[in-house]
Amino acid sequence: MQFGIFTVGDVTTDPTTGRTPTEHERIKAMLAIALKAEEVGLDVFATGEHHNPPFVPSSPTTMLGYIAARTEKLILSTSTTLITTNDPVKIAEDFAMLQHIADGRVDVMMGRGNTGPVYPWFGQDIRQGIPLAIENYALLHKLWREDVVDWEGKFRTPLQGFTSTPRPLDGVPPFVWHGSIRSPEIAEQAAYYGDGFFANNIFWPKHHFQQLIRLYRHRYAQYGHGTPEQAMVGLGGQVFMRKNSQDAVREFRPYFDNAPVYGHGPSLEEFTEQTPLTVGSPQQVIEKTLAFREYFGDYQRQLFLMDHAGLPLKTVLEQLDMLGEEVVPVLRKEFAKNRPAEVPDGPTHAARVAERDAAALEEVAE
Amino acid sequence: MKPLKIVAVSAGLGVPSSTRLLADRLSEATRQRLAGDEPARVVEVHVVELRDLATDIAHNMVTGFPSPALAETIEAVTEADGLIAVTPIFTASYSGLFKSFFDVIDNTALTGKPVLIAATGGTARHSLALEHALRPLFAYLRAVVVPTAVYAASEDWGTGGSGPGGALTERIDRAAGELAALALGRAATAPAAEPADDAFDVVPFAEQLAALRAN
Repeated sequence: MQFGIFTVGDVTTDPTTGRTPTEHERIKAMLAIALKAEEVGLDVFATGEHHNPPFVPSSPTTMLGYIAARTEKLILSTSTTLITTNDPVKIAEDFAMLQHIADGRVDVMMGRGNTGPVYPWFGQDIRQGIPLAIENYALLHKLWREDVVDWEGKFRTPLQGFTSTPRPLDGVPPFVWHGSIRSPEIAEQAAYYGDGFFANNIFWPKHHFQQLIRLYRHRYAQYGHGTPEQAMVGLGGQVFMRKNSQDAVREFRPYFDNAPVYGHGPSLEEFTEQTPLTVGSPQQVIEKTLAFREYFGDYQRQLFLMDHAGLPLKTVLEQLDMLGEEVVPVLRKEFAKNRPAEVPDGPTHAARVAERDAAALEEVAE
Repeated sequence: MKPLKIVAVSAGLGVPSSTRLLADRLSEATRQRLAGDEPARVVEVHVVELRDLATDIAHNMVTGFPSPALAETIEAVTEADGLIAVTPIFTASYSGLFKSFFDVIDNTALTGKPVLIAATGGTARHSLALEHALRPLFAYLRAVVVPTAVYAASEDWGTGGSGPGGALTERIDRAAGELAALALGRAATAPAAEPADDAFDVVPFAEQLAALRAN
């Protein structure tokens, strides 16, 4: 089981001081947060991709390349990479390059994005969102697995005799997650390829995600990739902690009340009741996160959103200390209990290379 | 025999409210029409006051998901065999609360639903708002709206007999009859509801890929 953080990369005014960080400060803060993630023993750092203010991370592999050079163990990922509006050829190249730079510590999460105008800005039609996600990913999948590609589709210039370089490290492409909030088609896509499915459950009640994950697990097995329990599931979470839960509530409330996405809506109490948001003591975070397993089954990756809504860097770093020291070690121990042996760990490059080699040996033996 | 479900949605704000009163009258008339010739038929009538859900509806607009109470109401509305939708006329149209409620329901959830539209207002001058605002809203949602829309102006509550267009009671009765006929037809032909957990009807991936190649 892997634990990490994912960031949206919003530039938001701190409601308690009225101060808005510059883009430069925010970008530097994101880097500091990523390095902190490794320092406190987390496994994964993932960044969003946006092409409009108030968000800064438009160029994920540039950012992740820097982090790769400054870390040893951290897996670098995205949340999400826009498979709809990016050229799949460029995604294939960028992430293969990053894979080499980071010695394999790379995976990627595909998403469709949630900002309508991004489609026309990049020459696409939002009504084609799902077909774009399907066709572009089919091409990306091929580019990473076939050295010379002839290809023709509905949305992109055809390719004749094209080789995407560099080739994936050790001939094993980055692991892919497909992220979705509401579309069963994406769960179906993830199942078809035997890829991971990341349910970004942080803003919505669990019932909806139970349905999506159940569908994904069921179809994963039907497509012959393993048992439903072996499907690769990732989940989001959102927490704010202080030793004393009342202090956590008092400190986080102004950030909650003014947060992008859900601010000026339901109360903190209603939202924590209905979604995975936990504002309280580390023990409360542990209890709420452990309950995910009961709702969704044993899973592979847990990412927390820790740095949005204008929280100052200093506070976020304190939160990461608590997450790494007090929460994740307990979660690792508890999630390992009664975990069936057949349930896979979170994906790593080394494990995928070993798996590929084992499969090749088996083929030779036959 | 499966019970027939009629849900009335009232967007009235006052307590008591003439919009609620009209919703009650329409519900009762529909219930009588449905039960009238068939004593064994069970008719369940459920009236929803959107006033009680006003903040939940606003929260749904902000967060993208319904509170448990709102989810329950949306489920009742989408599963009903007939829907009675009643709004006060505000600034020449349906009230914002009424529109917001239908905005947070999935835009395919009312396809084929028999709907009776009704409204209340201070004067009869705004009665065509039913035809110019409510009927297109439900047409967009591909609901089946009965021909008679019922408008009750203040004066209608004190008018008997048969004036131009008929007295309020006559219009209520005619509209209720139309809704009852459609609701019966729907209940007789609608397939049994799928269990909620199998709500996703996914096109197999190979077919999705093939559809792209065909283009």
